[in-house]
Amino acid sequence: MSAGTPRSLASSGQKSIQDICHPLSAEESALSRIPDVLNPGSAGERDLILPNGTPVDTSSPASSSSLLNRLQLDDDLDGETRDEQKYNITTEFDLPEYSVRRRYQDFDWLRNKLEESQPTHLIPTTRTEFDLPEYSVRRRYQDFDWLRNKLEESQPTHLIPPLPEKFVMKGVVDRFSEEFVETRRKALDKFLKRVADHPVLSFNEHFNAFLSAKDLNKRQGLALLTKMGESVKYVTGGYKVRARPVEFAAMGDYLDLFTQKLGTIDRIAQRIIKEQSEFLMELREYGPVYSSWSSFEEDLHDPLEGVSGCVSNCSSALEELTEDMSEDFLPVLREYVLYIESMKNVLKKRDQVQAEYETKLEAVVFREDKKTPVPSDVEKCQDRVECFNADLKADWDRWENNKRQDFRQLLTGMSNKNILYYEKCLAAWESLIPLLQDKQEAKGETN
Amino acid sequence: MPTKNNFLDSRQTKEKRSPVSITPSMVEKGTSLLKKMEISVAEAEKRTGKNAVNMQETYTVYLIETRPVDAASEGTNPVLDSLWKRYSEFELLRNYLLVTYPFAVVPPLPEKRAEFVWHKLSADNMDPDFVERRRVGLENFLLRVASHPVLSSDKIFYLFLTEENGWKETVFETGFQAKADSRLKALNATFRVKNPDKRFAEMKHYGDELQSVISQLLRVRARAADRLYGVYKVHGNYGRVFSEWSAIEKEMGDGLQSAGHHMDAYAASVDDILEEEEHYADQLKEYLFYADALRTVCRKHELTQYELEMAVQDLTSKKQQREELATGTIRTFSLKGMTSKLFGQETPEQREAKLKMLETQIEEGEEQVKERNAECDEFVKSAWVDIERFKEQKDHDLRESLISYAIMQISMCKKGIQVWNNAKECFNKM
Repeated sequence: MSAGTPRSLASSGQKSIQDICHPLSAEESALSRIPDVLNPGSAGERDLILPNGTPVDTSSPASSSSLLNRLQLDDDLDGETRDEQKYNITTEFDLPEYSVRRRYQDFDWLRNKLEESQPTHLIPTTRTEFDLPEYSVRRRYQDFDWLRNKLEESQPTHLIPPLPEKFVMKGVVDRFSEEFVETRRKALDKFLKRVADHPVLSFNEHFNAFLSAKDLNKRQGLALLTKMGESVKYVTGGYKVRARPVEFAAMGDYLDLFTQKLGTIDRIAQRIIKEQSEFLMELREYGPVYSSWSSFEEDLHDPLEGVSGCVSNCSSALEELTEDMSEDFLPVLREYVLYIESMKNVLKKRDQVQAEYETKLEAVVFREDKKTPVPSDVEKCQDRVECFNADLKADWDRWENNKRQDFRQLLTGMSNKNILYYEKCLAAWESLIPLLQDKQEAKGETN
Repeated sequence: MPTKNNFLDSRQTKEKRSPVSITPSMVEKGTSLLKKMEISVAEAEKRTGKNAVNMQETYTVYLIETRPVDAASEGTNPVLDSLWKRYSEFELLRNYLLVTYPFAVVPPLPEKRAEFVWHKLSADNMDPDFVERRRVGLENFLLRVASHPVLSSDKIFYLFLTEENGWKETVFETGFQAKADSRLKALNATFRVKNPDKRFAEMKHYGDELQSVISQLLRVRARAADRLYGVYKVHGNYGRVFSEWSAIEKEMGDGLQSAGHHMDAYAASVDDILEEEEHYADQLKEYLFYADALRTVCRKHELTQYELEMAVQDLTSKKQQREELATGTIRTFSLKGMTSKLFGQETPEQREAKLKMLETQIEEGEEQVKERNAECDEFVKSAWVDIERFKEQKDHDLRESLISYAIMQISMCKKGIQVWNNAKECFNKM
């Protein structure tokens, strides 16, 4: 524990780290998460535009660039050595601002404290070059599910990244196999990175609690919903939207078609796996016949045995291919279908918000004298619509990019698996050729 | 009047496949026949005509062409002889050879009906693919006979290659059919023979095992081919769906579309792959049928051995009878003995006559034993020579087949790698 008294800024008290409560308590959310994108010293200014179109003000608390700036390593004011280097941590959430200065050892202390708690799931975090502190908490799949639901609730105008499939058929997939766990881990990691990457979602306190809290207090809503969340939550359904903007109609149409295609691809992939499995069954019978043949041959014994071995190797390679496709390929397709479902719901909500606005506006227009100003609740509706549209548009682009990446990765992954399968078979057969030709050459020489 | 129905026009461009087994080196150290002439079954044609019971039937004829070997080196290749023969005539030739050279492992004909087919292959004898494979098989048969040290110099075989009309009559005139052993006789011998040559017994057993294992192999292979076909063809569906999907995408569209084309190519490639494999199956089938020819030789040995044993047994019993008559002692129970006891001994004249008859019979019997012994020895000698020759041929040919099978698999893997790499490139551009 550091002996030096930390220099404090005006706004904080002189607190040594041991005096500060554990992050559990709602009042003290002194810790903020470190996003993976953090690059101390080089983050600099980022041109970010807020969802409602205004350019970012670095002093504005809601921008991630300001957060990044604040998390930067300050080139320390009195040129202390690295050990003495202090980090400024600030947090911004509708809560009083805290500024404390912590040394590296303090982070270490924190990490140890966190690790002491009952672990169930480790969140992988990456280290930056400058060895920033790591947070380690353990989370189960249910916790991720909880987080996603909370994000959907509190940020209904945004597209929340997908989670890997919740339900897996028992007996078909081994939920405790290394491969399954690894596949899930990768998908969960992708999910977290995408949330952390999002200019709005990354600030969500559920997300923060998820990353740092010892126990997720799931039953109680940790904090109030965002303003948008609050307002959208109570929008009544039953209104029919009249003038759906073209771009959102196009989004809806695209999602419908895309879901169809994904369904088709899923069926094709399943069919291929089935055919391959049946082919595998035949191969498993085919190889051994060569073995039994070799048992009553002399000259041909080795070649036949060799062929049997080859077929056996190819069978194993095929088995691995089908397993990989089942474990890696199909789940990703399915999670995308679920993802698209939730996106369509967001679009529906948007429609409802717009419909409400349209109805209210119409009522006002027909009811009152046109000279009086538009009542404030109609204005609020209009605001809501515009915010929603803006959020959604921005998220859509992000979604398109992610989708492109995801499918590029998925399909090249599928290609790689097939290439690997053929390469294994090729190696097996190529190594057999010299064995088969062996006697030939010997015979040729004696002639 | 037989009418022609040439369906070969569409097949002009198809490469004529020659049997794998006959290599130039084999021709060199081969028979004098092969040194003189080149033999091929060049074409197949459909004919219709009236058959023996005056009914219309459709059948296929095969064109046999022979060319002098020397002319080839001069660049020109004049045909020595060309004639058309039906499958049944090939069968007749083979039966003739079987009867005339029972010690030879006679090369088999391609199968009469398509067996071990997987779903895409037709079991129809008129199917062009079946006919084509049969053409190859018949050519193979002729070349096998032509390269056999003994069979190649047979006159009837030579006439088969050179005479179209009247060949059948010539064969029948040899009267070979009368020399054929009845099935019943052969079976009887198999059960009753006491001392067959061990080597032949082992060979027969080997023939049984070979037949059984190759049958099993061909069966499983056909099923596997079916499945493999399914795997490849379903990938074609990716081609279609990627194409549809690319229509609703902006930047991803091109990559998806081109990847789809590669998936189509992948699906289409299985047809060639399985056709190649079919030739491997045909090579195995030849040895499946060869196994039967091998067993036939072994059974013939059992028959000659049995007939020898029978002759010896007969001689022994006759000699015994003579001894009994001569010494007057009756060692064995016989009806004659009983009757003579009951009705009195025979007269010395009767005994004399009987003895004389026995002596002649014994003389004949000894001749027969000598003959059959010689036959048996002769047979064992020449049969074993041919069996050894066959063993060497089999080992060589099957090894070659396995090598070409491995090469096929390698080619298939390389094609697969290429297609998926191409697809991957397209996906990367998405």
